[in-house]
Amino acid sequence: MAEAGTVDTHDAPAHDAEHGHHEQSFLSKYIFSTDHKIIAMQYMFTGIVMALIGGYMSYAFRMQLAFPGESVPGYGVVSQGEYNSLVTNHGTIMIFWVAMPMLIAAFGNYLIPLMIGADDMVFPRINRLSYQIFLISAIILIVSFFVPGGGFGGAWTSYPPLSANAEYNLTPYGATFWLVAVALEFVAFLLGGINFITTLMNSRAPGMRMHDIPMVLWMIIIASILFMASVGPLIAGAVMLFMDQVVGTGFFDPDRGGDPVLWQHLFWFFGHPEVYVVLLPAMGIVAEIICTFARKKLFNYKLILYTAFATGIISFFVWAHHQFVAGIDPRMANVFTITTLIISIPIAEMLFLYIATLYGGSIRLTTPMLWALSFIAEFLIGGITGIFLGASGSDIYFHDTYFVLAHFHYTFFPIAIIGFFAGITYWFPKMFGRMMNDSLGKIHFWGTIIAFNFIFIPLFILGAAGQHRRIYNFQNFPDLAGMQDLRVIATSALLVMLVFQAIFLFNFVYSLFKGKPAGKNPWKANTLEWTADSPPPHGNWPELPNCYRGPYEYSVPGREDDYWPQDVPPDTAPAE
Amino acid sequence: MTQGIYDFIKSIFAPLGEYLIGSAVPVGSSFAGDIDALIALVAVFVGFWALLAYAAFFFLIFRFRARDGQRAQYVTGEEKDLKRWITYPHAAIILCDLVIVFMAIMVWYNIKQRLPEADSTVRIVAQQWAWNFVHPGPDNELDTDDDINTFNELHVQEGTTYHYELISKDVLHDFSVPVFRLKQDAIPGRVMKGWFRPTKAGAYDIQCAEMCGIGHGIMGARIIVETPEEHAAWMSQGSAGKLASR
Repeated sequence: MAEAGTVDTHDAPAHDAEHGHHEQSFLSKYIFSTDHKIIAMQYMFTGIVMALIGGYMSYAFRMQLAFPGESVPGYGVVSQGEYNSLVTNHGTIMIFWVAMPMLIAAFGNYLIPLMIGADDMVFPRINRLSYQIFLISAIILIVSFFVPGGGFGGAWTSYPPLSANAEYNLTPYGATFWLVAVALEFVAFLLGGINFITTLMNSRAPGMRMHDIPMVLWMIIIASILFMASVGPLIAGAVMLFMDQVVGTGFFDPDRGGDPVLWQHLFWFFGHPEVYVVLLPAMGIVAEIICTFARKKLFNYKLILYTAFATGIISFFVWAHHQFVAGIDPRMANVFTITTLIISIPIAEMLFLYIATLYGGSIRLTTPMLWALSFIAEFLIGGITGIFLGASGSDIYFHDTYFVLAHFHYTFFPIAIIGFFAGITYWFPKMFGRMMNDSLGKIHFWGTIIAFNFIFIPLFILGAAGQHRRIYNFQNFPDLAGMQDLRVIATSALLVMLVFQAIFLFNFVYSLFKGKPAGKNPWKANTLEWTADSPPPHGNWPELPNCYRGPYEYSVPGREDDYWPQDVPPDTAPAE
Repeated sequence: MTQGIYDFIKSIFAPLGEYLIGSAVPVGSSFAGDIDALIALVAVFVGFWALLAYAAFFFLIFRFRARDGQRAQYVTGEEKDLKRWITYPHAAIILCDLVIVFMAIMVWYNIKQRLPEADSTVRIVAQQWAWNFVHPGPDNELDTDDDINTFNELHVQEGTTYHYELISKDVLHDFSVPVFRLKQDAIPGRVMKGWFRPTKAGAYDIQCAEMCGIGHGIMGARIIVETPEEHAAWMSQGSAGKLASR
């Protein structure tokens, strides 16, 4: 095998020592492992647990909205303060402890080495540290609910002076715990991001050129770059907010020369790119799945890549569309309206290219394919409703209504939930060596997707009718007291959706032990991870693979098979 | 010129705006119709693209479903005759965006950027978790003895252009009147200025639209839009300081 092009990480001495085939104890194998696959699992299972917590919170506050004041089974009566802290932490958890670990950390860690033909990340110990810090941050967030005063309730955006001053938020410990947890989570992902970028750039299999990298890896890398470039200002902001809370400084306190709006700029300068940080990995997962199950080459790989880069860059110039009515100079709104509408162009183009990939395909609607296609269908609604909010004039009305809420759930649900289900149903055979049950998968799919639309379409209508967010009982507002039917529909649909998740959990555990053995390449896919054993051993391959072509050479004319794995030498090559 | 173009485009979409938003939430201010029309315009534009995308999407899934003995085609997406299926819509979307930007900025300029001459001024003081309103009283000037202070109830006169001075005593709040289509954050340490002209008599909700702490969910008030006669009557009995029922 040609060793000439391999990079030095392949034969680093430390690496050989770790690969000794001695029995590892449970602790060092599963808890303190430096294996990228185990770390991916750690992120994934932590993410699933956090998703269940976040889902439980949404159950509690949606029940309060549908049946105000009544005791919620399994929770109790939701007080005003608890309501605020439930919605606050639902949002925080779903973005920082579900979307990010599941999409970037879990799939990034699992897929990057396997798809580029490397045996591990270049910094395995940094990788382990990243997860450990992440776990600590999750624990701190959960603990924040049990400190005196309860969990923070000032919205996931945590605007000062409310968040900065315990006199106002009445959660003296909860607010600080929340902030520390979020800041630590950022640290964890900074460490992870460094690792992702370095690994992709340095450890690719011999022969893998830039345009031979599977799209999902590009997307994860662009997301990591965006995250690293945008999070700095927010970490600075978090330090200032922490000082305001704990030491009593006045960075955001107007009475002491501070400015509360400054926080909003720092927060959204990070917060908007963050949307694309989680969107792009999900788009990447969808690209892999669509190509595999349409047996098609990705429609114009380079253009998709460029639109992703364009989206990433433009996402740094749109943040103040979250602040049109927040007291910024009104002339600034015009600039941000323009940049926001500009960003719709590459995103729309990317979706068109995905749809075009279906053209001429041979489409099999397997469970992962259903999830991937539903991502496109649902995200489209999230995308187009964003235009109403990016246009400053109409945002005056829609700002902070349920229309906004429904809009970003139509983006974040496809990203975090659909993207995760698409990815896990697709790579489950590789991760655990067994197939998931397809019938249960489809029941779970339809139950989840239909219920999802029944949750959020009513909320669009409520938002258009002027209903504001984060209000624990709409009976307090005469103009909103009606329309209760729509709230009950949304809550009922949520209950249905949550129940259907039990099917997924059952299918997951059942298939883990009883699923049909998967073999190396059950989907007949091209990318390198499918050439390793399922599940891949520590070190991934006995001999690292070479790469001879791009990742999407499906249905190439003149070949018997309709796929052409990346590691298979060209037909013209002399036989070994 | 630009105003003419704006008015023309607005007149096309105004009926749909009236139907989409106006039918659920009364059109209560001079600029509410502009926002409704803008929403309708965006709805038509994005609705068109969404329908087109869905049509193509479901058609392709159906047309190219897996069939025995039929292989997928090998298409790179870089062929010119195929790529134009992407580039033409791309160009058309840019055109749509231009129209949306133009209309959005015109609406925004009218509501938020310019400040027309006022007939009267009211002061709105937000605090955790209530609204205090200062009306200028019969002399139509704030900070005089005949000012009328109310709590959670704002009285304004139909057809009158008001300036507002929005103040917060503690944290961020947001003065939101859905029937006016008006929303503005209140920031401690600043006086936010803006305007509105009520056009439809009645009593409507004021909501706080910015998370402001535990009582955010009860921080509502009512805006009472009165005819000139009603308003004069209220003003004459009002100087004593009328407390709202709430």
